[in-house]
Amino acid sequence: MAKVVTEHDYARGVEVLRNQIDAKIASYLSSCVGCGLCAEACLFYTETGDARYTPIYKVEPMRRLWHREQTVAGKLAKAFGFGSDLTEADFAEWQEMTYDSCTLCGRCSMVCPVGNDIAYMIRKQREAFSAAGYTPPGLQGASKRALEIGSPMGVTWKALSAQIGHAERATGLTIPVDVQGAEYMTLFSSMEIMNFPEYIEAVARIFDAAGVSWTVSSKAFEATNSGIQIGSSEIARELVSRVVDAAEGLGCKYVISPECGHAYTAIRWDGPNLIGRPYEFEVVHILELLDQLRLQGRLETEGFDERKLTFHDPCQIVRRGGVEEPPRNLLNMVAPNFEEMPDHGKMNWCCGGGGGLSANEEAHDLRTTVFKVKKRQLEATGVNTMITACANCRIVMEEALEHYEMPVVIEGVTELLAAHLKPKAGKTEKATTE
Amino acid sequence: MFLEFVEGPLWYASVVIFLVGIAIRFYEILARGVKPDLAVPRTDGTAGALRTIVSRSWTAKGFSSGAVFHLVAGYMFHIGLFVLLFFAAPHIVFIEERILGFGWTAAPHWVFIAAANLAFAGLILLWLRRVMHPVMRKISTFDDHAAAWLTFIVMFTGCMALLEGHDGLRALHMLSVCVLMIYFPFSRLMHAFTFVLSRGYTGAVMGRKGVQA
Repeated sequence: MAKVVTEHDYARGVEVLRNQIDAKIASYLSSCVGCGLCAEACLFYTETGDARYTPIYKVEPMRRLWHREQTVAGKLAKAFGFGSDLTEADFAEWQEMTYDSCTLCGRCSMVCPVGNDIAYMIRKQREAFSAAGYTPPGLQGASKRALEIGSPMGVTWKALSAQIGHAERATGLTIPVDVQGAEYMTLFSSMEIMNFPEYIEAVARIFDAAGVSWTVSSKAFEATNSGIQIGSSEIARELVSRVVDAAEGLGCKYVISPECGHAYTAIRWDGPNLIGRPYEFEVVHILELLDQLRLQGRLETEGFDERKLTFHDPCQIVRRGGVEEPPRNLLNMVAPNFEEMPDHGKMNWCCGGGGGLSANEEAHDLRTTVFKVKKRQLEATGVNTMITACANCRIVMEEALEHYEMPVVIEGVTELLAAHLKPKAGKTEKATTE
Repeated sequence: MFLEFVEGPLWYASVVIFLVGIAIRFYEILARGVKPDLAVPRTDGTAGALRTIVSRSWTAKGFSSGAVFHLVAGYMFHIGLFVLLFFAAPHIVFIEERILGFGWTAAPHWVFIAAANLAFAGLILLWLRRVMHPVMRKISTFDDHAAAWLTFIVMFTGCMALLEGHDGLRALHMLSVCVLMIYFPFSRLMHAFTFVLSRGYTGAVMGRKGVQA
């Protein structure tokens, strides 16, 4: 089993960092002209004015190592005694810049004039810091629970089973579990299971109405991947493998990624590369599936939500995931007064809690500070209802809204649709399971 | 005598170092390799790469207002320098006689003057931002200052060299050009070539995800 490194070993970190620099990163470091424009796209800089939070500065250890060991100029400088190797102090100092002040939202990557994907660089730098044990305790704990219990929040199958029971009683439906040959295997995030179980009910109602063949796996229900957040491919690989084994074991054609941002990145984009092979199934985000059902005429709604509302684009689903149109298509079905925020879509501002920050207590105050940019977006839109598609964004923003005493309600897309679901003719008691 | 040296042996040595240096830098990058992406793409990565290589030449949406100064100065410098480098009459003559064997129509004198003003103003503004802005001070290296000053010296001696009949000034310009060319491959000036790779890599990854980056 993969392990969470808790003992400091910066030499190990240097070794891992050296191996993270691929052609992509080498081209990024070669192209960077130090223009500093990435700072103007990063909420940690714009909301604090702290120059240390300039995205490219966050990967300064990586740049120094690359320049010193992998360029002619750096090698010459080293030979003549200029510059210095990375030290333990560098790892200690840059832990904050690597974890506390970056949500891996990738907004900086969208504006860099030379095209540098700085979020990718920080993700790779996290590999070194996690190998060296320079990681926030909160993320260490979440990763340990994910490995040992199966969920970063310590949610067990029994806990989910209890929530499924509640959902079944509330909906009058049977939620299929471990159904061999089901078309879709559904994942949930811990946040949804514990904080927003209404998502489970919503999925059950919609799938029943649309006649979707689906199942939940008792072996792998957790979508969240702490390995991606802490920056350990080893941990991430093990967590992805559990889902892959379960889905392929059940013979499912699709795995549904839930309303959770980084879970989608983990299972849809990083997963095959982590396990070293393509899946035998396809990954579909719940928003993509709902949009497909809409197009097929299988998702029918009735009535409208007349509230003026807006949509918060989760970074990993929209900017880093490419699922931008589906939530808008779905909202347009039931929300005639839907209004976009300034900088919406792929240039939306992060909630401040992605990339593991929601599990990082050391970053709590900073996370609340940088929410000011979302506050401005909401004030500019003038709404009291915000819809989103990420349980992590939702819990982080709900806390920040409380802090700033803003009377804004947050709901999920799937729940909103379920609330307007047109009852199907001849409603059955059981969800379709082949 | 000095002019003959800088336009002869030194020039040829500079060209060799420039070209070999660039080749080494590209080798350093490409030799590190990139693992194939095993995730099923949503759209074509190649199209995404080509799009981003072009699109990042235009200002992205979503900057805060603090970026305006740099963006304006950046365009001023790069557009001015491009016109000076490729459309100033003496450069076209040099390219025709010493490099390509053919030339093209030079920009009118007023365009040259405007380009020079843009380039100088842009470069100075960018450097002032580098030494005055907290972010820029934090991320700047010796290389950034060296590259800025070398470029300034090349441009300044270039203007001085316009005083025809003064071989010493022309030699000074050629000397600074040679120094810049020797320095170029080992500095951040390499972005003039590697931007194609960095934009292309990101564009391909984002393109596969269906994101227009």
